Amino acid sequence: MANVTLRSVRKTYPGGFEAIKGVDVDVGDGQFCVLVGPSGCGKSTLLRMVAGLETITGGEIDIGGRVVNQVEPADRDIAMVFQNYALYPHMSVYNNMAYGLRNRGMAEAEIRTRVEEAARVLELSPMLERKPRQLSGGQRQRVAMGRAIVRQPKVFLFDEPLSNLDAKLRIAMRVEIRKLQRRLNTTSIYVTHDQLEAMTLADILVVMNGGQVEQIGNPLEIYQRPATTFVASFIGAPPMNLMPLRSDELTSQIAGADGAGIVGIRPEDFVISGETASGGVALGLTVEAIEHVGAETFVYGSRQREEQGVAANPGELPPGEVIVRVPGATGPAIGERIRAVAPRDKLHLFTADGRKRVAG
Amino acid sequence: MQKQAIFQSKLLPYALVAPQLAIVLIFFYWPAVQAVIQSFLLQDAFGLSTSFVWFENYLELFKEPAYFAAIARTFAFSFAIAVSSLSFALLLAVMADRPLRGSTLYRTLLIWPYAVAPPVVGVLWVFMLHPSLGVLSRYLRAMGVDWNPLLDGNQAAALIILAAAWKQISYNFLFFLAGLQSIPKSVIEAAAIDGARPMRRFWTVIFPLLSPTIFFLLVINIVYAFFDTFGIIDTMTRGGPGKATETLVYKVYTDGLLGGNLGSSAAQSVILMVIVIVLTGIQFRFVERKVTY
Repeated sequence: MANVTLRSVRKTYPGGFEAIKGVDVDVGDGQFCVLVGPSGCGKSTLLRMVAGLETITGGEIDIGGRVVNQVEPADRDIAMVFQNYALYPHMSVYNNMAYGLRNRGMAEAEIRTRVEEAARVLELSPMLERKPRQLSGGQRQRVAMGRAIVRQPKVFLFDEPLSNLDAKLRIAMRVEIRKLQRRLNTTSIYVTHDQLEAMTLADILVVMNGGQVEQIGNPLEIYQRPATTFVASFIGAPPMNLMPLRSDELTSQIAGADGAGIVGIRPEDFVISGETASGGVALGLTVEAIEHVGAETFVYGSRQREEQGVAANPGELPPGEVIVRVPGATGPAIGERIRAVAPRDKLHLFTADGRKRVAG
Repeated sequence: MQKQAIFQSKLLPYALVAPQLAIVLIFFYWPAVQAVIQSFLLQDAFGLSTSFVWFENYLELFKEPAYFAAIARTFAFSFAIAVSSLSFALLLAVMADRPLRGSTLYRTLLIWPYAVAPPVVGVLWVFMLHPSLGVLSRYLRAMGVDWNPLLDGNQAAALIILAAAWKQISYNFLFFLAGLQSIPKSVIEAAAIDGARPMRRFWTVIFPLLSPTIFFLLVINIVYAFFDTFGIIDTMTRGGPGKATETLVYKVYTDGLLGGNLGSSAAQSVILMVIVIVLTGIQFRFVERKVTY
């Protein structure tokens, strides 16, 4: 029942450090927006600014048509799920969920209905009288979720809510969160550093780096058409192979690479083949390492000529190394020489500084 | 995993504990045993003969209304000192627990008074509140208060409570500050988002989470008020005027050393000892179990 709009939002700390350098995001009513980026990129700061836990030093934050820059967190009609859950340790599960409702002066009967309904949805009904310390990590996480949903706020904010859970539970809770959000249809902003979580949850994905937005869009669109080399290497695992177009070997192969300085190829877009790809790329590789995942196999090869890769991006491969994904469990042997071929339409071309995508 | 394997020789562990044991035995158990023995003895006025009288010293004590008055007075003092110094220290700690400039400096300054010895505290407050010399007394009289703690028992009591509570604030402050800082910031933030205003946040979240600290300090402060106020009382009022500021500890001193009634004084010490043991027992029992959340 509310959209959230950030208009050139800035955060400068008293020491002069600029944590957020002007961010514009528009989250529509009922949409699930994920802020993703490496640690220190400002995504949590931005979320805390929406929550009202950090002051806004520039721009505007608008929730449901009201600028909330000067509004107390309590009056923004938001609920937040914290990374460490931030449950009240001295209160029972019931009271943890009821606390926010009592503060707003709701009648005890109505509180009971809402808490019991939330407990039923989250399968917490048998645990209402327990204290948080008597619960497992996953149950605590659900209590934190319950505390947010009983309030029926305009906006849910999630600050890396799953990062304290083990891998299996994380996947299960990820699905739960998405289902719950769909059902309640509440606008949500979710912060994570996990690109897989970001891809699977988001309606709108905001990729951040160094206090700035690198790209905003639909997750698949971002995956398929990353706007910068940062986005290209951050979204997708294993990361996209990025190679400079300094050498004539690559440049001469690619048709219509004018203005491009870097070529990016996703590991799954390679085919091991003896054929040449007209207008595409064919790389001669020596296999250095193999990773069997089961359904697929990742081949790490080094290019035969000592080529320098593109440096200074997170998740980046060592210079000269290329990852090729092969479906199934069979792949080449270590030390074998292979040819990895990618067609022209699977190539991503960027300017030499990596900041812009080149059309074509 | 063998825990005993650390020491090669059997004697070494005993040798290492020995100095500590010696101190406890010589300075605590020996005088304590002496006090218990003494409390069963009665000496004549000139100290020439001593007779064993069983519990007569205790019985005499319990027949004395002044003793019960001293017990009531001591409890009232302890309660007043503990409550006033705890609440003021908590107030200061809450104020200091904010990211403000120069916080390290004023936190350090707030801790300093703990280093001042009790008699010095007494002298300081005497100078400030002495009826004829005191700086503050002039203002009090200017405000129309008939200030004379040397004659007025209630004012003398207030003076002792003030000085003793002031001295203990630093200690309490230190524990409260540590307690406040151990509360996760996100819990407070969650309460803020949950719509709790600062006052409500304090009473429904911060205060309950501090309750183990509060209970611990309450016991420590009561023990302090029982025993460590001796220096303050001795320098400020010497138990007077009348017996208005004579606490149990001070009565042990006046009856024994000034009054020469060693038997009764020893009996009083034994009773005090029992009180401390009970208080400490309560602390160990409850701090571990009930008050934790």
